[in-house]
Amino acid sequence: MSWTKKDLLGLEYLTQEEIELILDTAESFKEVSTREIKKVPALRGKTAVNLFYEPSTRTRVSFEVAAKRLSADVINIATETSSVRKGETLIDTGKNIQALKADIIIMRHNCSGAANMLARSLEISVINAGDGWHEHPTQALLDIFTLKEKLGKIKGLNVAIVGDIAHSRVARSNIWGLTKLGANVTLCAPEMLLPPEIELTGAKTSNNLDEVLKNTDAVNVLRMQFERDEGAAFPSQLDYYKKFGITEERLAKAKKNIVVMHPGPINRGIEMSSEVADGTNSVILEQVTNGIAVRMAVLFLVSQAKDAKK
Amino acid sequence: MSPIINKTEEASDGCLRQPVSNGASILIKNGRVIDPVNKIDAILDILVEDNKIAKVAKSIKFDADTVIDASNKIVAPGIIDMHVHLREPGREDKETVATATAAAAKGGVTTVLAMPNTQPAMDCLENIELLKKIITQDAKVNVLFCAAITRGRLGRELTDIAVFKRAGVYAISDDGCSVDNDELMREAFKQAEQAGLLTICHSEDKKLSQKGVINLGFNSTRLGLRGISNASEYARVKRDIELAQQANAAVHIAHVSCRESVEIIAQAKQQGVKVTCETAPHYFALTEDVLLEYDTNMKMNPPLRSREDLAAIKQGLKDGIIDVIASDHAPHTENEKDIEFERAEFGVVGLETELSVSITELLNKKTLSWLELIEKFCLNPAKILGLDRGRLTPGSIADMIIISDQEIWKVTKQNLISKSKNSAFLQQSLKGLIDYTICHGKVIYKR
Repeated sequence: MSWTKKDLLGLEYLTQEEIELILDTAESFKEVSTREIKKVPALRGKTAVNLFYEPSTRTRVSFEVAAKRLSADVINIATETSSVRKGETLIDTGKNIQALKADIIIMRHNCSGAANMLARSLEISVINAGDGWHEHPTQALLDIFTLKEKLGKIKGLNVAIVGDIAHSRVARSNIWGLTKLGANVTLCAPEMLLPPEIELTGAKTSNNLDEVLKNTDAVNVLRMQFERDEGAAFPSQLDYYKKFGITEERLAKAKKNIVVMHPGPINRGIEMSSEVADGTNSVILEQVTNGIAVRMAVLFLVSQAKDAKK
Repeated sequence: MSPIINKTEEASDGCLRQPVSNGASILIKNGRVIDPVNKIDAILDILVEDNKIAKVAKSIKFDADTVIDASNKIVAPGIIDMHVHLREPGREDKETVATATAAAAKGGVTTVLAMPNTQPAMDCLENIELLKKIITQDAKVNVLFCAAITRGRLGRELTDIAVFKRAGVYAISDDGCSVDNDELMREAFKQAEQAGLLTICHSEDKKLSQKGVINLGFNSTRLGLRGISNASEYARVKRDIELAQQANAAVHIAHVSCRESVEIIAQAKQQGVKVTCETAPHYFALTEDVLLEYDTNMKMNPPLRSREDLAAIKQGLKDGIIDVIASDHAPHTENEKDIEFERAEFGVVGLETELSVSITELLNKKTLSWLELIEKFCLNPAKILGLDRGRLTPGSIADMIIISDQEIWKVTKQNLISKSKNSAFLQQSLKGLIDYTICHGKVIYKR
């Protein structure tokens, strides 16, 4: 199959085959980063713009590295110092970037749906690097890529996603991606951090982490996003850690080679102990490395689709 | 439904345009006449003489100044829309009295009740006088005033409710907001009842709806948007009804959107509480499922609800629990809508589409008959507001419409004449178009 979409907005909008195509493409790009000269000419002459309305180091740098390894030119726009401060609307900003003949906008935005709106208004490609609580597709893709690399498959795996599901775009993208590839997903969180009717995605829910861990192949631990929703109901940090914190003690009762993932940045001692974060089950830094291959694949595929339409 | 306010004399210094004698006559031939108050649904002629309905009968012979052939068309009273935001004074960039009432005429609306959330708010006689001057100059249809319950609609100090009636005010409401303070709200009900004014409630507990932007449920979850629960509406509907009951006052619940509200209102009606309510066409035509692409023209408050809620709204209309269909016409500029979903304004325009949407969704799907539909658009609002309108009885003022009910048209930004184009029905094909709108015996709109 070939890729036909100009944008990547979320995994909800992709088919199983499209997700697999990204993963396969990422696999072939992974080798590039191990070369002496870490560069291929796939996107030579293309311009990618990082448009970040929210602070981000990991994702922004990962996209920048990915684009550069494909030989694209990369422009970073820090919205704090741009016309956005002067009240320019998102669509106007996007149209200006398009008028500069850029090829791809990689956007992080604090409003859910911002990437959908931008993609509708522009001819050039839009890659969603996280929008509000909605989706963060490349994060989920790199999580799934890492998992597949570690355990050899996705279909039939039992995957637990633990923590603040309600405010997490990473959780939503992982749920769509994993269920489409045939994994069994269990969301494990205090009731107040599970959004309404989340089971309709196909994921199960539980409030009992120890029970869930007994039969889990991989656990993806989310960051508690205390800063994101003032006034919303949150458990106390201590109570949360007692019931849902991933500790060595807890892992001792889980499957021996359980894979522990975290999208970062970690709140050590809040959702996960330092020992686990740095321990043998943790693949947190491999996720970061794989992020480059996955983002190279996404950049490559959306620009192929654009070129095919010309 | 029973009239909840005794029919009052239309205030002589009020905002209803006074019929001016023009001596002209119009004969409307062979239309299907729908007049719920007289239980008429028949092919008849109507003679309009000197602003008033002169005669409704078969084959009227009269040498009229104007003769309109209404064969294969519907002839009905003009729509009385109880929920319209004119935006003037203060937000003339969104809409003006001139543009809103032109849109009303095109949509078959001959009387609008103007909501008080203008800038300044309609919270004192001086501001009402200001609006009255604009209306005298610019309005193409009747405009009735709804004054604010509290100063600045801030929910803190009551307005001088007693003086409003003389200024031609028909109702009070803090529309867009609910008065949180129970004592204050009860007092408002009491004073409104004494003054002979209707109290209209925007029933929303903002402590529950908080910063929500769409219905709470699976869609808010998958879109990652904050949800607005049904409870934020129905809990406040319940409170408003209780307070009205304690004050022995009439209450009209605006824009009912969810099933629990319909149930609560049904129970209250059964207990004899003087409660009436309205819904808007988007609540029986659309569900939250249209939001999956973050279309801000689908963003309104209360939000589009679930399929079960939509079914309950339709059933409520059929059962007579919901008395009135009103547009909640809420114009906003492109700049306020063509932005991130969470930041876009709530509200949609509706004057030009409310009848067509209702024909498409309620008549065609056999929820309501023509008599029932016209009752909800014309007769019931007239009864609730105490107006001698919404009927075709000889002697009453000739506010009427002629409808091509089989005509199909597509809603586009180009064919909307309202200053703002934020319709929830853009690109949709609707059934039914207004051919003529007659206000005070004068043709004010002709297709």
